[in-house]
Amino acid sequence: MEKPKLIKENGLRHDGRRPNELRPIRMSVGILNKASGSALVEYGETKVLAAVHGPREIPQRHLLLPDRAVIRCRYHMLSFSTHERKSPVPTRREIELSKVIREALEPVVISETFPRTAIDVFIEIINADGGTRTAAVTAASLALADAGIPMKDLVVGVAVGKVDGVLVLDIDEEEDMFGEADMPVAIAPSLGIVTLLQLNGVLTREEFSEALRLALAGANLIYEKAREALRDRYMKVRVEE
Amino acid sequence: MSHTPSLGIITPKLKASTIVSMLKKGIRSSGRGLMDYRQVEIASGYVRNADGSALVRLGNTVVVAGVKLEIGSPYPDTPNEGALVVNAEFMPTASPTFEPGPPDENAIELARIIDRSLRELKVIDMSKLAIIPGKRVWVVYIDIYVLDHDGNLVDASSIATLGALMNTSLPRVEVDETGNIKVDRSTRLSPLPINNKVVTVTVAKADNVLFVDPDLDEESVAETKLIIAVSDDRRIAGLQKSGIGGLTESEIMQAIDIALKTGSSIIETVTSKIASS
Repeated sequence: MEKPKLIKENGLRHDGRRPNELRPIRMSVGILNKASGSALVEYGETKVLAAVHGPREIPQRHLLLPDRAVIRCRYHMLSFSTHERKSPVPTRREIELSKVIREALEPVVISETFPRTAIDVFIEIINADGGTRTAAVTAASLALADAGIPMKDLVVGVAVGKVDGVLVLDIDEEEDMFGEADMPVAIAPSLGIVTLLQLNGVLTREEFSEALRLALAGANLIYEKAREALRDRYMKVRVEE
Repeated sequence: MSHTPSLGIITPKLKASTIVSMLKKGIRSSGRGLMDYRQVEIASGYVRNADGSALVRLGNTVVVAGVKLEIGSPYPDTPNEGALVVNAEFMPTASPTFEPGPPDENAIELARIIDRSLRELKVIDMSKLAIIPGKRVWVVYIDIYVLDHDGNLVDASSIATLGALMNTSLPRVEVDETGNIKVDRSTRLSPLPINNKVVTVTVAKADNVLFVDPDLDEESVAETKLIIAVSDDRRIAGLQKSGIGGLTESEIMQAIDIALKTGSSIIETVTSKIASS
């Protein structure tokens, strides 16, 4: 496949967005029946479902810790979520992403509240169109909040890319595939910390500094939407006639 | 499924708090300064039967990396280029907490960090590794074995990988008219074509203090690490936040500056040590 033109003459991206523009983002919280908490998050055509079970006891008692809950996390892609069918066996990519997503969530969960238990986070990528791990972090933190687990903050993510030499926010699959760099970032905005940071690509110091700024600005917008999604679920009071 | 790790080797609380309080004063139990990297020793060509190899000692951490070249099929999207496969294993020799068996998430993460740094920077000139363009190419297998664990396995592995690649040479191949390929490993034609050099630099954070190249005790008290791949032309060729904590924007920029400075000096050290061996 030939590399398409990713930045058009008018400075807009292949899907018509400006470089610092997010895709349409939708979030809904508490959408599953049996899970302690759940969320469905969409960044454009990227669609991610997250479910939290627990805190709960688990048969694998050797994993439990005496002073805190363990967080278990699985990032998993449905076989038909990608262009080519993804084999159901866990890939090295999924194993790595499960780890970095867990490590993105750990700093905000007050796990000391529930010693000797497990908090299980299951992330299902239903449709992949770029930015799946960052949408996954957003979905997972909403599901944790929906489960009523004490948290210091939400964690929200967004990926920044470099395409045709231009730094762009919230890259999609095409920009990831044909672009020069992909940098997923997740932050806990109220704590002021970055909890997930990866870079796949080559950037100068100046480009990186600008890319990080772009990601932080984008993530803050997503944070507002995430808070709104929680408010929609829990703060709306139904007025009786 | 990834789960919060148990502590592995437990660092006594007294020792941990001493390490942290010393770090806050800018000193380390080893006598190093916060920005001092441990001594790097590199034995190039350590494994005779590999096509390229290097054994690296980073303080008391020991890693051996080896390259094997095999003939294989190219990826469909790059029919005229060689292929790269990176794998890492944490050997049970390295630590009582390492179990034999397939690579765990830490080993997979390490291999993928190094894979990405090599791939994105085009460290190996893959365009020169086609044997029969579109059909048969060299597949570069890089296997990394951690033999002894005293912290900072990623940097030690990345230095060993660079050393092994710089030590790799291409065997002579003969292609007959039917397309059969004969490899003659006793005759070496040329070194593996290398475009750029890259190493990772790990910056750890404990109690808001940043320091470079953590040893095992320091890793046990660190909240998080930022692993930064640095190219010989001082660009950032990959990043990975690893560990359960977080970093502020200014801490990230500080870590980047530390890494860009440290990384280029490590590349120089490795290059000169290999040249003189």
